[in-house]
Amino acid sequence: MSLELEMVEITKVFFDECREGLNIMESGLLNLDASADLENINTIFRAAHSIKGGAGTFGFPEVAGFTHGVETLLDEMRNGKRAVTDEAIQILLKSCDCLCAMMAAIEDGKPIDQPRVAACNLDLEEILRSQSKAPTPPAAPLEPPVAAAASAGAAATSVNSTASDVEGGWLIRFEPVTDLLKLRNEPTRIFAELEKLGELKVRADLSALPPFADIDPELCYLAWDLEIRGAVARKALDEVFDWVDPACGLEFTTIGISDDTTSQAVPEAAPPVVRPTAAPSVPDQRVPSTGTAAAAPKSGADSSSIRVSTEKVDNIINLVGELVITQSMLGRFADGIGPGELDSLRQGLSQLARNMRELQECVMQVRMLPISFAFNRFPRLVHDLTHKLGKKVDLRLSGENTELDKTVLEKMSDPLVHLVRNALDHGLETPERRLAAGKGETGTLELAAFHEGGNIIIEVRDDGAGLNKAKILSKARERGLVAPELELSDDQIHNLIFLPGFSTADQVSDVSGRGVGMDVVRRNINDLGGNVQLSSQEGKGSVIRIRLPLTLAILDGQLVRVGQETYVISLLAIVETVQVNREGLNTLAGQTELFRLRNAYLPVVKLCDLFGVVPDSRNSEDGLLVVVEADGARVGLLVDDLLAQQQVVIKSLETNFAPVAGLAGATILGDGKVALILDVPGLIARASREKQLTSITRVA
Amino acid sequence: MAKKILAVDDSVSMRQMVELTLRTAGYEVVQAADGVEALEFARVGSVDLVLTDVNMPRMDGIQLVQELRALANYKFVPMLVLTTESSKEKKMEGKRAGATGWIVKPFNAQQLLGTIAKVI
Repeated sequence: MSLELEMVEITKVFFDECREGLNIMESGLLNLDASADLENINTIFRAAHSIKGGAGTFGFPEVAGFTHGVETLLDEMRNGKRAVTDEAIQILLKSCDCLCAMMAAIEDGKPIDQPRVAACNLDLEEILRSQSKAPTPPAAPLEPPVAAAASAGAAATSVNSTASDVEGGWLIRFEPVTDLLKLRNEPTRIFAELEKLGELKVRADLSALPPFADIDPELCYLAWDLEIRGAVARKALDEVFDWVDPACGLEFTTIGISDDTTSQAVPEAAPPVVRPTAAPSVPDQRVPSTGTAAAAPKSGADSSSIRVSTEKVDNIINLVGELVITQSMLGRFADGIGPGELDSLRQGLSQLARNMRELQECVMQVRMLPISFAFNRFPRLVHDLTHKLGKKVDLRLSGENTELDKTVLEKMSDPLVHLVRNALDHGLETPERRLAAGKGETGTLELAAFHEGGNIIIEVRDDGAGLNKAKILSKARERGLVAPELELSDDQIHNLIFLPGFSTADQVSDVSGRGVGMDVVRRNINDLGGNVQLSSQEGKGSVIRIRLPLTLAILDGQLVRVGQETYVISLLAIVETVQVNREGLNTLAGQTELFRLRNAYLPVVKLCDLFGVVPDSRNSEDGLLVVVEADGARVGLLVDDLLAQQQVVIKSLETNFAPVAGLAGATILGDGKVALILDVPGLIARASREKQLTSITRVA
Repeated sequence: MAKKILAVDDSVSMRQMVELTLRTAGYEVVQAADGVEALEFARVGSVDLVLTDVNMPRMDGIQLVQELRALANYKFVPMLVLTTESSKEKKMEGKRAGATGWIVKPFNAQQLLGTIAKVI
């Protein structure tokens, strides 16, 4: 790979690191509320420091400059020069956001939001100026440290002669400290550099050498008298001797004519040759906590993992799908073979089936990520929102390690945010209202995730005011979504909030309440093959329960037969299956058939008509009704027979053919035949549109 | 035979950048993510130069230099600390711990290579 490409790759790593660092800073700052823990402050400081250093090195001076202010503030806090105040934390959190935005803009090649940066900088400068205990100027250096760094330690070759140069040269007396162990390199290096500046003469002073037998090979007993001739600036000499310990003897005397600095011996440090008998103790100035064992928090990416593109993983999953089909095809062959070979074949096949299951699980796992990736934004979100809304909320997360498919995770991220915002804005009450209701001042918001029967369940639970049924019903009636005389069950009323455009908020706040949320949430969940349930108790709180499949590629399905065709219905969507009987059937307006099941009428969807298939019998009463549910509505799908339940590999119709209404995909069965997978939400929506059913009547 | 350099920095991107720069200049590079890792390597392997960041978790650069100096095969190895602090104090602190010199961050490839060339 070319150098530039490699640098680009490394810069990408840098961006990732900055993101991680900003996350660390954010969570550290959020925890700083409770305790001004030195360990915590140090961690936050180090993260900021790394970002600053990296930004400077990788060529992002604005980021480096801005971070310098942040770092300064944190440095003061960790040195005890500044108290940890709420104001400071807020400013730091804001700065983190600003940095995040800056980095995102740079990464995307977009311009940085300068006004925002300037405003944030102003806040930083202000707080740095104020209330600083130490008299030293922390507020001053907010320009990028790039300029300051340029001079020190760099190669001496770049120094140019200036007008204040001394004509003639310098006499240098160099008396190193004896016990500097690295001395082996230093004098020769220094002489080599001096030689580049002018004509150099070196004379060693051996006066301090002890008798041969007493020489310790690791100590230095030599001093040197150096003479350098030429137009050499004092600055250049300083640079060469930059690394020399101030405890060494260093005297500079000019030779010849000079214009400003007159010839004077300028001793660098007071003590001449010192031969200390004891090793100089270096007092450890570092804050003790840096030595403690507490490891830096590793966030997901550590050395035992690799990055794999999702495309590669999808390819593997595809292949595994093919293998599943092949394996079930082989399974069927066993039927036509003699008893002897049968056993060994069966054994082989069951072994294969076992291998397949394991392989399948492993591969699916590759695509899985812990839900903490989605949960992690919530502490900050809750912190900010509760401040804004003036509420007190205790956020509890559980099951952060529960894994789910990457795509499912990504698509669930925004819906979850919406649900949390809803809970905070509408569900949880202000401290005053809570106290008046006899509850504790601080509300609880719980986010839990766990696996249950091959699915992942996510629960959003709050102990707030619950759903106000009366308000919801009246709003729905107002909007004409519910006929006025209709009586609805509690569940049905709750589910009204999932209707598009529904919102009981009196004013649309920018937090939530715009009414576009809940229906999109439900649609997203349904699209993923999952479902969402809402339960609520007025005055007590609400629970939203989301069920999602663990993978999008494979479906647990119920095979059904309509005529000669086989269809697959997702088990998640099926409520129950009932035998149809003539008494339960009702025809509405001569067209629609309804089936009465207990207290409800279910629209009957005749798949034979929908797909143009010849059924076993034209009489509905001879068939079976598979009751399915989506979007809070239920219909009955009329089929001829129920077949097996099995795992089915979803093949996309869209990719291979074209999207077909009513179908979510297709699969190949063990016998090689194609079975179409039904799109339950789609069918239900279509049924209600075509037959214009907007309500379900209740039998008195 | 190429000179070997031990590069220590807790930032992966920084390590990679240093490694790239040094490798392109013909040096062989060994990487360590912090002082503890570096020390573990040092106990069993030798290098021609140590290049270390100061701010690292577990064990910082200054402490690392001190510990390395205590090892027989690292007594005379030139060690450079990467520091963002430009105060003479901080630089001398590194010196006193046993560092040969320092390189101030941020630096560019030229500065890095130039300074390294001075010592090995």
